[in-house]
Amino acid sequence: MSFVEYGDTIKDGDTAIVFLGHESMFPVKVQHGSKTQTKYGVIRHSTDLIGKRYGSKVTCSKGGWVFILHPTPELWTMNLPHRTQILYSTDISLITMMLELKPGSIVCESGTGSGSLSHAIIRTVAPTGHLYTVEFHQQRAEKAKEEFQEHKVEHLVTVKNQDVCKNGFGVSNVADAVFLDIPSPWEAIGHANSALKIEGGRICSFSPCIEQVQRTCLAMEEHGFTEINTLEILLRVYNVRTISLQIPDLGKAAEDNSSTGFDSSNQSNQGSLYGILQQGTAQFKSGVPLKEMVGHTGYLTFATKSLF
Amino acid sequence: MAESAKPGLRIREGDCAVLKRDEVFKAVLVLRRRKVIFEKQWFYLDNAIGHIYGTTFEVSSGGSLQPKKKMEETTTETKEAGTDNRNIVDDGKSQKLTHDDIKALKDKGIKGQEIVQQLIENSTTFRGKTEFAQDKYIKKKKKKYEAVITIVKPSTRILSTMYYAREPGKINHLRYDTLAQMLTLGNIRAGNKMIVMETCAGLVLGAIMERMGGYGSVIQMYPGGGPVRAATSCFGFPESFFNTLYEFPLSKVDSLVSGTFSSETLPSEPEYNVPVEEESNGSLDEKQTLIQETEEESSTEAVMESNETEEQETMDLAAEDTEYKESKEKGNKENIREKQRKQQERRRKLVETAALLEEKNADGLIVASRFHPTPLLLSLLEFVAPSRPFVVYCQYKEPLLECYTKLREKGGVINLKLSETWLRNYQVLPDRSHPKLMMSGGGGYLLSGITVTVEKVQSNVSTLEAQKIEEPTSKKRKLQELDC
Repeated sequence: MSFVEYGDTIKDGDTAIVFLGHESMFPVKVQHGSKTQTKYGVIRHSTDLIGKRYGSKVTCSKGGWVFILHPTPELWTMNLPHRTQILYSTDISLITMMLELKPGSIVCESGTGSGSLSHAIIRTVAPTGHLYTVEFHQQRAEKAKEEFQEHKVEHLVTVKNQDVCKNGFGVSNVADAVFLDIPSPWEAIGHANSALKIEGGRICSFSPCIEQVQRTCLAMEEHGFTEINTLEILLRVYNVRTISLQIPDLGKAAEDNSSTGFDSSNQSNQGSLYGILQQGTAQFKSGVPLKEMVGHTGYLTFATKSLF
Repeated sequence: MAESAKPGLRIREGDCAVLKRDEVFKAVLVLRRRKVIFEKQWFYLDNAIGHIYGTTFEVSSGGSLQPKKKMEETTTETKEAGTDNRNIVDDGKSQKLTHDDIKALKDKGIKGQEIVQQLIENSTTFRGKTEFAQDKYIKKKKKKYEAVITIVKPSTRILSTMYYAREPGKINHLRYDTLAQMLTLGNIRAGNKMIVMETCAGLVLGAIMERMGGYGSVIQMYPGGGPVRAATSCFGFPESFFNTLYEFPLSKVDSLVSGTFSSETLPSEPEYNVPVEEESNGSLDEKQTLIQETEEESSTEAVMESNETEEQETMDLAAEDTEYKESKEKGNKENIREKQRKQQERRRKLVETAALLEEKNADGLIVASRFHPTPLLLSLLEFVAPSRPFVVYCQYKEPLLECYTKLREKGGVINLKLSETWLRNYQVLPDRSHPKLMMSGGGGYLLSGITVTVEKVQSNVSTLEAQKIEEPTSKKRKLQELDC
């Protein structure tokens, strides 16, 4: 397995995802002799994991079972240990497409943070591209390096521990795309410009606050970026449920049944619309939105560096 | 190298390029002496050939393109301005220049910049406008009179934006951010073996191919006679990308799943020749002649060859024999041999593709079509390996509700999620930042999930298990809510 290539069977040293059900899952480092505790019991790596096919069901000691999944950057994003607030796949998807990332792309990123976006970028630019990622916090930079090594993608990424606003990305005129998720992105626009290829490229800045966005857009304009565009993307999830609604009893007309109205003899007609479960209820399938949804993550500002 | 090491920086004849003016895009084939219409302007692309992608041009007299240098924004000196609009009356008489005056200026060949300057000087209300209003006025006039066109290199970003704005009907109203979600949720990357079923003019296929960079393989399932790849050709992929692109007819899927597949009968040729009208949702923009030309030219090799012969072919061996005899009598031996050879080649490829599918180890499935998704998913998931993502797009939510339910019943999938994305654009200007007035009302829905190994033992048990593992344990069973 690898974060940039699929493998069929679980091997020693892999990072696998244990799926317990209903959005409950966690990553596990597969190792000979290791044991992992779950609420369904113990998983013994040597007997239960190694050699098994990814996607298999594994029965734990207490009798319950789980699925073992192949890691992907998306699953990693949902399960990685947070060192900072991270970017989720909704934003990551749009960033990937709007920066025109693809195999072979050279990308500069700052700050690395918890490596959520980093893993997604590495996956997209593999096998011939490269990610230069800059993180000013020493421990976070170290942890990121470790994870990239564990995930066998270190050949595709270079981690630098420095301040991008002061010292840039450490490369010049090589990048197809630059991504900024830092407190003061306007201070790094100049460095972003010099990191990008001379013939041009794309840039993206992610900021939670509109004031940051305003300063960044101004800086982009001053540095000659074009096609400056700010947007936001929100994810709306639906739960699929079968709903039964009671049909109200509106009573009966005093005398004859010839009067048009909602009386019991009409109920069967009414019911045929939905499929009556039992007398007095109508059933239907619905995509029900969640009670709460994420209303804001950050504003995404994209722009193009062009010779013109 | 699979993906182009040095993507063409310069515009070449034969390229598919995208014309851009402000937020409007249009894809065109770069051909000499071919008139192009874009945003109410006629011109030839000849002068663009050889320039770098991203160059901005102006249309000069005679319809020729002239490259425009990056203009230094003339810093407007602090001019006179008002404070609010309480005294500004819109009587339609504030502009002293008439239609004819402006036309005369244009005919004289006066540059757009000058015309805008003239309009400002001849507006009685301009001085009374606030600075912001003046700014807005100037931007508006510039947009109208300073027509500049940029020629950009196609990419998923540009083509998906273009198609959504120009011909959403052709792509089932798939908004570009929804497409972006599909590519990421599906873990589309170099080296995968992907199965794709789309009726989005080949846009989704192109997006997938771009993210795979020529590595791995793609099997495109198609309805009718052949896949539509009009949009795919706009991407400008190198030939090598197409070596690992396969296609397979949907009409053969059932036989493949049941093990009764035979290559004797291929779908009939004629449907290959029918232009995009058949494949679209019925909305064909007649103005898109250029894109249509691209479509016809981009047809797969087989189609182009079959276009040469006017006879309608069926792939039936029996019919072949009859044709053979007839044509032999006409003395057309060579032609027939060519046809036979191509038929054999098609058959060979079909068998090869069937074998690829039968391995049942695809790394993912992407569906985005005008068909009801349920039967597609239920059958095509058979070819996907366990622990792999799949994503289904549908313009409407309801079919995905049904799909979700059927997948639950079938088992073998986890982490099912039904979602849509909201996209909002912003205007960012000093003291004038706010979301834009209009936003997209809808960009379609996605159903995604991950495959797992299927327990062949007891199907009843697995359904129950699936329910147990997926639905939240609700302590109270309310009458009104039943988990599916």
